[in-house]
Amino acid sequence: MPRIRKPVVPGWFTQDTGDFRLLGTRCRSCGSVFFPREDVFCRNPGCAGDDLEEVPLSRHGTVWSYTDGRYRPPAPYVSDPDTEWRPYTLVAVELVAERMVVLGQAAPGVGVADLAVGAEVELVPGILNEDAEHTWTTWHWRPVTTAPGPETTA
Amino acid sequence: MTGEVAVLGAGMHPWGKWGRGFVEYGTRAAREALADAGLEWGAVQSVVGADTVRGGYPGYVAGATFARALGSQGTRVTSVYAACASGAQAIDTARAQILAGMAEVVLVVGADAAPKGFFAPAGGDRPDDPDWLRFRVLGATNPAYFALYARRRMALYGDTVDDFAQVKVKNSAAGAANPYARYRRRVTTREVAASPVVADPLRLLDICATSDGGAALVLSSMDAARRHGVADPVRIRAVAAVTPRYPRTELDLPDIASDSAAAVAEPAAGFRASLAQGAYEEAGIGPEDLSLAEVYDLSTALELEWYEDLGLCGTGEAAKLLRDGATALGGRLPVNASGGLASFGEAVPAQAVAQVCELTWQLRGRAGERQVPDARVGVTANQGLFGHGSAVVAVR
Repeated sequence: MPRIRKPVVPGWFTQDTGDFRLLGTRCRSCGSVFFPREDVFCRNPGCAGDDLEEVPLSRHGTVWSYTDGRYRPPAPYVSDPDTEWRPYTLVAVELVAERMVVLGQAAPGVGVADLAVGAEVELVPGILNEDAEHTWTTWHWRPVTTAPGPETTA
Repeated sequence: MTGEVAVLGAGMHPWGKWGRGFVEYGTRAAREALADAGLEWGAVQSVVGADTVRGGYPGYVAGATFARALGSQGTRVTSVYAACASGAQAIDTARAQILAGMAEVVLVVGADAAPKGFFAPAGGDRPDDPDWLRFRVLGATNPAYFALYARRRMALYGDTVDDFAQVKVKNSAAGAANPYARYRRRVTTREVAASPVVADPLRLLDICATSDGGAALVLSSMDAARRHGVADPVRIRAVAAVTPRYPRTELDLPDIASDSAAAVAEPAAGFRASLAQGAYEEAGIGPEDLSLAEVYDLSTALELEWYEDLGLCGTGEAAKLLRDGATALGGRLPVNASGGLASFGEAVPAQAVAQVCELTWQLRGRAGERQVPDARVGVTANQGLFGHGSAVVAVR
């Protein structure tokens, strides 16, 4: 039986659409953007807003910093202790339009040697882990090798 | 300025991996602090415990737990949790009680028995907890964040992994002279370079260990100190325990993203720098007045950030300050004369208390081989999850 695809956290990114995006929220009063999404109150101390709309975040950004995990992290990270640990890469990405930094794992096969602070990366859909019933989906950052097209939304 | 409180006593349980309970470490430290103050337990009117979430239920009510271990006697009691800043907020609470006239003599205690390896979030399936989420979604351990800061320093300022190693070399040399430190051996740059990478570019010896340990302070009003015959005590002159200002644009533990600066301009000072500024303003001093500083060297590279945030040098100049030897014992402004977390390891609720213990011994001129000559003014700085942090100024 095929596994059911489920986002690791519901509502943080689009699922199985053509235009894969992280989903944040934006305060209708002051324009502050939040990721992970803030749905109840605006966190800007100068704003009493509580009306937040969902917005897709920019698909491209520049590397703020990066590292990798050479040791198996503790639970709730899911990994099989009976298999050899394979390091993953983490990338902190600066989104220009939102003026914020968003962390994510790099796409499979991307190591620290493939990254540099300031380099351009793009958001791609990824798989975090699988169990008997589910494929848990996530987002990944991947270096851009050719110049990206213009952003359609921010 | 808000007024000063006296440090009558300081005590610690030696740090290590002792395999015993945190109550024992804290109680031992408390008894040492009381003996150092020359006071009986009965003289204490309030106990403030810095909480540990790993100590089980008693760890969440540390004030009562230590009070009971020392022999409950009807004192005021408070328990404080602020992650790595718990100890400093316990000091702040004790100070507030003294300055408000609620108590004249207050005991502050922090202790922990930390598990080996990475710190992990509290158990259970809790997708509404950012600390749980960063592990589940990203596997982002604490060292991963330290490594992000380290790599960015390398890109922005030209810091090298050898600079980071030199912080460990410096702090291990100081720790070798501290009988309370867990690691009492000098480490070489070669040993740092030979240790395994944990999170690129940081190696095992760039990152502080998890430890067991305890630290305690006996604080009092200045009047009580005089009545007790201590005319010239070490005094706590400031405690800054401020929140960051929105938008917080540097990615920090345990967050998956920074705040956005799209709608509100970035504040003039980052979070760590604002802690230092708050303490300096309250104490009426500046970085030029300091004799020494104790900072949270959770990683070697992070110690360099603190140099800049404390105003010991300009942005990007920390590695130069280190290379010049200014921050080593014998230098112009020793940082982590105690040996720092590099030599102690993390015993979370104890470490900010331990920083003030070190300042106390240094300002009394009783720090032995690691004594900073003529120490008059010291600052501590620490930071915990979720935007907790503090800086303490002590003077003599």
